[in-house]
Amino acid sequence: MDNILAKVLPQEGGLAGTSSGAYNAAIALSGLLALVGVAFGIHTFFIGHEHAYGVTRDVPWGLLIAAYVFFVVTSTGLCLVSSIGHVFGVKAFQPIAKRSVFLAIASIIAGFLVIAFEIENPWRMAIYNVISPNPTSNIWWMGTLYGAYLFFMLIEFALLQMEKHKQAGMFGLMGVIAGVAAHSNLGAVFGLLNGREFWHGPYMPIYFITSAMMSGCAAVIFFHWIAYKANGWKMSKELEESLQSVAKLGALLYVVIMFFTTWKVLSGITGQPPGKYEAMQAILTGPFAKNFWIGEIAMGLVIPFITILAVRARNLTALFFASASSVIGIFFMRYDLVVVGMLVPHFHGMDIVGQPHLYSYAPTLHEWMVTLGGIGLCVMLFLMGERMFRGHLSESH
Amino acid sequence: MDIKELEKLQNEGTDSVTSSERRTFLKAGLAITGVFLGGSVLSLTSIRNAHGALGTMPEEAKKFPYSPHYSMVMRQNNCIDCERCKEACVATNHVPSYGYRTTILETQRPIGPKEMERIFVPVLCNQCNRPPCVRVCPTKATYKDKTTGIVMMDNKKCIGCKTCMAACPYNARYFNEETRAVDKCNFCFDTRLSKGEKLTACAAACPADVRVFGDLSDTSSRVYKLVHKPDKLVWVLRPETGALPNVFYMND
Repeated sequence: MDNILAKVLPQEGGLAGTSSGAYNAAIALSGLLALVGVAFGIHTFFIGHEHAYGVTRDVPWGLLIAAYVFFVVTSTGLCLVSSIGHVFGVKAFQPIAKRSVFLAIASIIAGFLVIAFEIENPWRMAIYNVISPNPTSNIWWMGTLYGAYLFFMLIEFALLQMEKHKQAGMFGLMGVIAGVAAHSNLGAVFGLLNGREFWHGPYMPIYFITSAMMSGCAAVIFFHWIAYKANGWKMSKELEESLQSVAKLGALLYVVIMFFTTWKVLSGITGQPPGKYEAMQAILTGPFAKNFWIGEIAMGLVIPFITILAVRARNLTALFFASASSVIGIFFMRYDLVVVGMLVPHFHGMDIVGQPHLYSYAPTLHEWMVTLGGIGLCVMLFLMGERMFRGHLSESH
Repeated sequence: MDIKELEKLQNEGTDSVTSSERRTFLKAGLAITGVFLGGSVLSLTSIRNAHGALGTMPEEAKKFPYSPHYSMVMRQNNCIDCERCKEACVATNHVPSYGYRTTILETQRPIGPKEMERIFVPVLCNQCNRPPCVRVCPTKATYKDKTTGIVMMDNKKCIGCKTCMAACPYNARYFNEETRAVDKCNFCFDTRLSKGEKLTACAAACPADVRVFGDLSDTSSRVYKLVHKPDKLVWVLRPETGALPNVFYMND
């Protein structure tokens, strides 16, 4: 074990992390946030989920499912974007590989932390997912494939550390396959529900994979910039160019998602399809309009896209702010996608007396704290990773 | 008058129709098509659902693969919302105050310029032949009973992911904190049917004979006869989801 650790953890070379008080404080603070989140999560088991969380019979999924989706989308995206270089051999994407793979692992672990507190009986999942599997269930496939995905990514990361790039690439490919399969199944968890018009159809799995790539591009730039700024390192020319390439890919994906979103909206309002139309109105002009127009459209898509164009994908500081805006916007995308899909009442066509036009949901303190705990864990792992793996430098590039 | 004799009559043509009569006829036609196009009046009634149950019901839904194939027919217009079914359900199945297995929806439709008709719609788990909840459950905690077709819960397997609640088109499921599992109507299988009772608690408690419970695979059963009654509209809720429910609605 020590032998393996010695191989995985670089003892010298690479970039020495800063030992500044601010950096230590950031690690401590994010760690504390993670602990507080876990404490709130454990508290939930004592007082009962129905008291701690804002989800109801009518709207059974809320902020925590959205946060889980956010983390696993980011993880899948990091995996996919990094694979362009070290799995599929595109040179321009190779310098970002190690850090991105590490972050993919960190963010999926944060996602698992959040989902563990969202699910009422996670211990039963560990048992019955294995001894009573349901092959028609997208949730089952997603959980199982994400387990495999994490396994492949961990091995890939260890092999990358040992500079065994060929074998790492193989495990990377398996990670990509498992990740794409898992992630499209997550889309299908929503998309194959015939009774939920807003979600139903092939759009969800396709959108999930595409927006994962987009999220991945934003996350790569976001975390690389912070890592180098916080530690006072200077980027190599190769890395700078690599991030610029990522930004260009990102620009393309922002356009693709804008295109997808445009047609999703138009198909939701044209002919006023029952169920879908009401949900779409909630987003366009209703209670979720601010989330949609400011969060999703402005912060998530338009601002980052225009910024990348304006600096011609060169100025890394500008690209960082574009990515930061996008990461925040993407969180709104996940939240709206999950919650709005359940807002239209089940018997919406029947004019039920006393039934609201739309159900309502608002996250509680516990849901927010568990979500922040997930973010804290992800940030802490990221900051510690920089130090432990000495800037994720690779000898070959 | 016999229809064959009608056919023999000579066409009078339109010459004898006065222009005011023609206008009235056109107006009526426009009004009717307007109603259809706007859809507002029709969608208030369950016409679309009725058509779904009658005209486009898939073949699978007309077969009754279970024996006994338990089902319920709601003679909807008899319901007076006395809620005795709800009380009986709560008492029989230990349903907590924050949940319900069955409830009564209230809807209304205009029957004149200023008149509204109130309609009560009792709802419960539809024990679908193609249940979305069963498909999505990762651990088979909810399953279709092979003998009776009842959608059952195996509480110990429920991980509480609530995907079945998201998948159910009928809002028939809730999370029971006491059992730490999703709870739902199982036609009183554990509390009554398995003990030799012939009716569910709600059907037994209904004073207006709204909830008719029985075995659809038995052609002599009352549910079979009601569902197959000539000249009667029978419909199901939300047929467009393809869940093939086993709870049928009709006006008696």
